[in-house]
Amino acid sequence: MSTTNPQSDTPLADAGTPVDRARARRRSKHRRRLANVAGLMASLVLTGALYSVFAPAQAADETTSESAAEAAGRELYERSCISCHGENLEGVPNRGPSLIGVGEASVYFQVHTGRMPLVRQEADAPDKPAVFSDEEIDQLMAYVQANGGGPTLPSGDLRGGDLAEGGELFRLNCASCHNFVGQGGALSSGKAAPSLQGSNDLEIYTAMLTGPENMPVFGDNQLTPEEKRSIITYIQTIDNMADPGGAGIGRIGPVSEGLVVWVVGIGALLFGIFWMGSKA
Amino acid sequence: MAARTATAPGAPTTKLGKAALEIDDRLIVAGPVRRTLNKVFPDHWSFLLGEIALYTFVILLLSGTYLTFFFQASMVEVTYDGSYDPLRGLDMSIAYASTLDISFDVRGGLFMRQLHHWAALLFVASMVVHLLRIFFTGAFRRPRETNWLIGVVLLILSFLEGFAGYSMPDDLLSGTGLRIMSAIILAIPVIGTWTHWAVFGGDFVGELIVGRLYIAHVLLIPAIMLALIAAHLLILVKQKHTQFPGPGRTEHNVVGNRLFPTFAGKATGLLFVVFGVCAALGGLVQINPVWLWGPYNPAQVSAASQPDWYIMWLDGSSRLFPAWDLNLPGDYTIPALFWPTAVLPGIVFTLLLFYPMIERKLTGDTASHHLLQRPRDVPVRTSLGLMAITFYMVLFISGGNDVVADKFDISLNAMTWAGRIGMIVLPPIAYVITYRICLGLQQHDREVLEHGIETGVIRRLPHGEFIEVHQPLGPVDEHGHGQLAYGGAPVPKRMNQAGGARRAIRGFFSPVEEPTVVELEQQREGRGLSAGERGRELTTSGRPSEGGRPSDGGRPQDPRD
Repeated sequence: MSTTNPQSDTPLADAGTPVDRARARRRSKHRRRLANVAGLMASLVLTGALYSVFAPAQAADETTSESAAEAAGRELYERSCISCHGENLEGVPNRGPSLIGVGEASVYFQVHTGRMPLVRQEADAPDKPAVFSDEEIDQLMAYVQANGGGPTLPSGDLRGGDLAEGGELFRLNCASCHNFVGQGGALSSGKAAPSLQGSNDLEIYTAMLTGPENMPVFGDNQLTPEEKRSIITYIQTIDNMADPGGAGIGRIGPVSEGLVVWVVGIGALLFGIFWMGSKA
Repeated sequence: MAARTATAPGAPTTKLGKAALEIDDRLIVAGPVRRTLNKVFPDHWSFLLGEIALYTFVILLLSGTYLTFFFQASMVEVTYDGSYDPLRGLDMSIAYASTLDISFDVRGGLFMRQLHHWAALLFVASMVVHLLRIFFTGAFRRPRETNWLIGVVLLILSFLEGFAGYSMPDDLLSGTGLRIMSAIILAIPVIGTWTHWAVFGGDFVGELIVGRLYIAHVLLIPAIMLALIAAHLLILVKQKHTQFPGPGRTEHNVVGNRLFPTFAGKATGLLFVVFGVCAALGGLVQINPVWLWGPYNPAQVSAASQPDWYIMWLDGSSRLFPAWDLNLPGDYTIPALFWPTAVLPGIVFTLLLFYPMIERKLTGDTASHHLLQRPRDVPVRTSLGLMAITFYMVLFISGGNDVVADKFDISLNAMTWAGRIGMIVLPPIAYVITYRICLGLQQHDREVLEHGIETGVIRRLPHGEFIEVHQPLGPVDEHGHGQLAYGGAPVPKRMNQAGGARRAIRGFFSPVEEPTVVELEQQREGRGLSAGERGRELTTSGRPSEGGRPSDGGRPQDPRD
């Protein structure tokens, strides 16, 4: 440090000179600075010590068990997520949102349905076969949960609510985008509410809890956990129900019915009258 | 009595004959029945399109009657306690509950519901196809304008009838449709609000509308339709059928089969085909699963709520029309909805109703016509028709544009704009293209009449030039040009159509004759084109007779200039 200071290289005169006085002043300045640093260090050490004494035991636990699952999760994160969600889950402008506070529920939904990692930036993240194994998803969940917290996965059986009430709640809250029985529907500008067919209970639950993409969040104040379970019961019951009337033709009503009536119905009848016509 | 039956010449001797005579003695029906049974129907497949509509109407009456035994048109709230688990315990109208009961607790109820609904969709679809045939062949021209008018009124009534039926079960889908209808009525300037109060007996939804729709659906509209169908058929019988031009067909006769036995056999066969198709659809393909839609609740609405296909074009027009509310001074508003849902169908149906009169005015053709026109021979009408179909198709697809957007991963906004631009740009393009195709087809007909059919035989002349041998269709002049005039009938374009090949082995799905027998028969026949003409009847719809007489032209000839 002193070598870079041109003043320190100047030849020294005797102590009585003004140079000598200036040196003494400088020395006391150094001393003061050292004292300050020492004080700061001492207070920091004291704060750290106090913190380690008074901090909740849980936090101490977390720091110790962080290593196994979370380290693996961090590795996965840095390989597959970091380019859009940032080094510290803070997000990258115009690429990906911050993941601080989204919680393991969101990670489960996004990764288990294959939406994340994203193939490319577009209006909507389509679901596809999951890239990560269940174990890797658990590790990612642990990592994200550890760095910002947020909604956690529910536990226990996610069905068992009231079937009819679930249907009523579904029609009230979900049908306006996901169609009468969850066949999905279009939203604006290329976005879409996906079909719920083949979704597992946990995916539906975490979707309601975290509101992925264009979906609103249905927190526990909007839909209680019991109501969420009822909705899941309804969706899964209807999804697994056979169509009593024959081929379901998409369960979307008049559009596919119109297609069938023109292609199959009128097609068959025209074929019939051609046949008649050939029987002169 | 007994003496007369014994002595009169030609008197019946069998028991059945005697009984028939007894009846005729009292009712004098032999003459009219014979006339009716001998009535001749032209033999072309497109004349059966209207019959499909008639038979689906019969199915609708029968299946609808069965449904009235169980449907209760009441909007009183009850708690559902039927077989369908996911709705049990919910409050709903009796109308919806009884529809669920029909679907799950009435024997054969679900099948009847589905049969009824599929038959309804087919009824309107076959009416549209029938209308297109009438339009494109000019069958509506004088003296048949009345039947055209009746037909279009029937089409409009079928829309109303279908909409009433769609709205009756009081499920979430039909309730949404009814809400839209309520908005359309309210959007009509000046009389809208009053009309709404008259129709619904108050504000939406009230407790009356299902009962009113029910009476309209099962009594009022069907009764009017039945009367109009009867008038349609009586006028048809009185005016006789039109027919396509062809050998032996003139403005003053009808060539075809007698009602009995040939046509009656065909009609009965078609009746069973139509019943079969409707029953197959009703039994195999689920339609309007109201249990999935849930009971109507004005607070709920589902994505992709569409009307049945015949109303979908109006849904499409509403989706495409910009949100242009007209705010007039004095706090009056004409909502944007008024234009695509009230004005547009008003214009479309007015044009459709009065098209025969409009065409008569424009062409000045006021003569009576019993021979049909080929669409290519009337390019303006054909192109107008295609233009209308294109316009309709754009609106129709736009009616389901959210489903199309969802299933094919297209932006909904792009669908809407494609519809907006398409409904203006595509119809004129369709007009121009159709017009050119018509002219091209006309020219090709003339060319074949003048130069003959392209045989595909290429011959090399001594000086090295290659020519294709043409088969003239009739007598030729000294230059080898055909002298037949175009008569409005199809011109054979391939040698087989002109009898160039021997007849095909009969059978539609599989051969009904032994191929070896046919081969032997063909070996006995003389060779050449004229040989095939002997046994051919010129009056039936067999394809060879539709064209000219190939033997007149003799053997393929080289063009001489």
